[in-house]
Amino acid sequence: MTTILKTTNLNKVYKLGGLLNRVRINALDEVNLTIERDEPVIISVVGESGSGKTTLAKVILRLVHPTSGSAIVYDKLIVGKGDKPSNVEFFNMVQPIFQNPFEAFSSHRAVDSYLADTAVNVAQLQKTEVVAAMAEALRLVGLDYQDVRGKYPNQFSGGELQRVSIARALIPRPEIIIADEPVSMIDASLRMNIINLFLSLKEEFKRSFLYITHDLATAYYISDYIAVMYRGSIVEFGDARKILADPQHPYTQLLLASIPDTRTKWERKKIALSDIEAKEFGFTGCRFCNRCPIAEEMCKVERPPAIKKEDGRDVYCHFA
Amino acid sequence: MIRLKNIQATYTTVRGKVTAVDNVNLEIPEGIILGIAGESGCGKSTLLKVIYGNIDSPLALEKGQIEYGFTDEHGTIVTSANIREHWFKGISYIPQSSMSSLNPVTRIRQQFVDYLPARADKAAVLEAVRDYIQKLDLPVEALDAYPHQLSGGMRQRIMVAMGTYFNPNIILADEPTTALDVVVQKGILLLLMDIQEEMKNTIFFVSHDMGVHFQITHKMLIMYAAKVVEFGDSKVIFSEPLHPYTKMLIESLPTIGDKHHRAGVSGRPPSLWENLVGCRFAPRCPLATELCRTTEPAFREFHPGHFVACHHAEKANQLDEVAIRA
Repeated sequence: MTTILKTTNLNKVYKLGGLLNRVRINALDEVNLTIERDEPVIISVVGESGSGKTTLAKVILRLVHPTSGSAIVYDKLIVGKGDKPSNVEFFNMVQPIFQNPFEAFSSHRAVDSYLADTAVNVAQLQKTEVVAAMAEALRLVGLDYQDVRGKYPNQFSGGELQRVSIARALIPRPEIIIADEPVSMIDASLRMNIINLFLSLKEEFKRSFLYITHDLATAYYISDYIAVMYRGSIVEFGDARKILADPQHPYTQLLLASIPDTRTKWERKKIALSDIEAKEFGFTGCRFCNRCPIAEEMCKVERPPAIKKEDGRDVYCHFA
Repeated sequence: MIRLKNIQATYTTVRGKVTAVDNVNLEIPEGIILGIAGESGCGKSTLLKVIYGNIDSPLALEKGQIEYGFTDEHGTIVTSANIREHWFKGISYIPQSSMSSLNPVTRIRQQFVDYLPARADKAAVLEAVRDYIQKLDLPVEALDAYPHQLSGGMRQRIMVAMGTYFNPNIILADEPTTALDVVVQKGILLLLMDIQEEMKNTIFFVSHDMGVHFQITHKMLIMYAAKVVEFGDSKVIFSEPLHPYTKMLIESLPTIGDKHHRAGVSGRPPSLWENLVGCRFAPRCPLATELCRTTEPAFREFHPGHFVACHHAEKANQLDEVAIRA
């Protein structure tokens, strides 16, 4: 059994404001995730903006240093106290894909130069092997090296450019790829091509993905595991199909009921929205308590612990 | 009836002119929510700008005219020539980004008052604004806040309140919920639907999310590469779309509870710089024939009230077999 991803009590506190009106935002609050499997998996982290999902991705990418806690990826400690791989070793294991491919590539550089740099600096290939590695990576994402060579970002559509950035991430043959909202900037008609590419890379290239998204429909479509986050805390974590077919945390239920699908129309009743987000980060109890339909007095004081259900999922709720 | 007659809008750039909205002819009944869908660059936002009358260089209305279906104080129909005089009161606009639309250094209440002529009684106006905010079930304290103190969803609801405050005949909403989370999005859409049902405004709602269109619109307009390809009742568009592009747009996205394979549409929209002949969707269309590649399909009324620009609209029911497996 391989520990694909394990985070232990991961915390990240951002401090905002000056000396007198300082606000502490717990962008990550005791995040515990454990995924142990032999085959590659796709793990989705879903949540609204301000839920901490991007901070989690950045911590696992070692772009942000956590306030406390540790993380293990493929049996290796990558964040926390102890023996950690060097940056070169690390980026041969973990690679990122970002949201907006037009921002990820400079408009003044040909895109294949990024692939070549990754091949030389990260994968540490010899100059003679670089072109073959680039061609192979581009073939995996359905592009031809001859069509990409020497081109600048403005010569691609968003979907094609995102493919190039996936190809770049594949060059060092990482164990896991962290994809932060990889399709939210891509048009609806092209979005599924990228999502299907993730699936086929998992099946054929045997790579795992951490898929950070706010789109539950695509998360349902591709993921094996899902973690739902709200204001820095995990609220529900487990098997993706089980959770999305039968959500047990009131927040997951609210999230699912709010998806505009094309089958059934919404019930026309009012829903509780938050007005000032910073306030919710300061709650000592459950952060969802002021919007929760089943909240009781104890939810305001006591942070709900992870409750293991018989189907293996964790639900962080006193009354689920 | 709001009439769009032969609308052609172009952008002038250093490379020359590019036509972003090409020959749009439509009659839109009043008092409905009209959804406009399409990919980025298909001209949906440009069409909205033209309808709003916000036509400044490099955008130009090359040809055509719009009749707005309401009259000015002299009883003449308002057209695209004088629509600017009716901004806010006759036609209003809810933008995508509320953060860049609200003034960051003045309180929200001041921005409501700014709408009005200088001689208006501020206190009375503020009182009316408070009542209106309460009627919409928004917290009144939000009026005393600066924009950055509010959450994104709250700001956007304030924008909806501003856009609807004068009860305009027409409200234009350009992706008003795209930057927001699903729960917040639902809250705003429900608010917009409630307002529309009560005030009977006509709302032009641009979004690329077909789910949103299904939830709120009465009629749908589908655009592809500067052209209108389909127009009709939302119910019919979602149950029996005629244009292959519409069908693919609806079916390409996954839904929860349904795990079977979904393919995106291969290829990409054509560049508007090229000299486009034939149907613009033909290179990506599973039903395309030689006719499609050479002759542009006319925008015709295929069923009463259901318009489509496709040579093969009668074969739309075969799309199930071809399209999704293509």
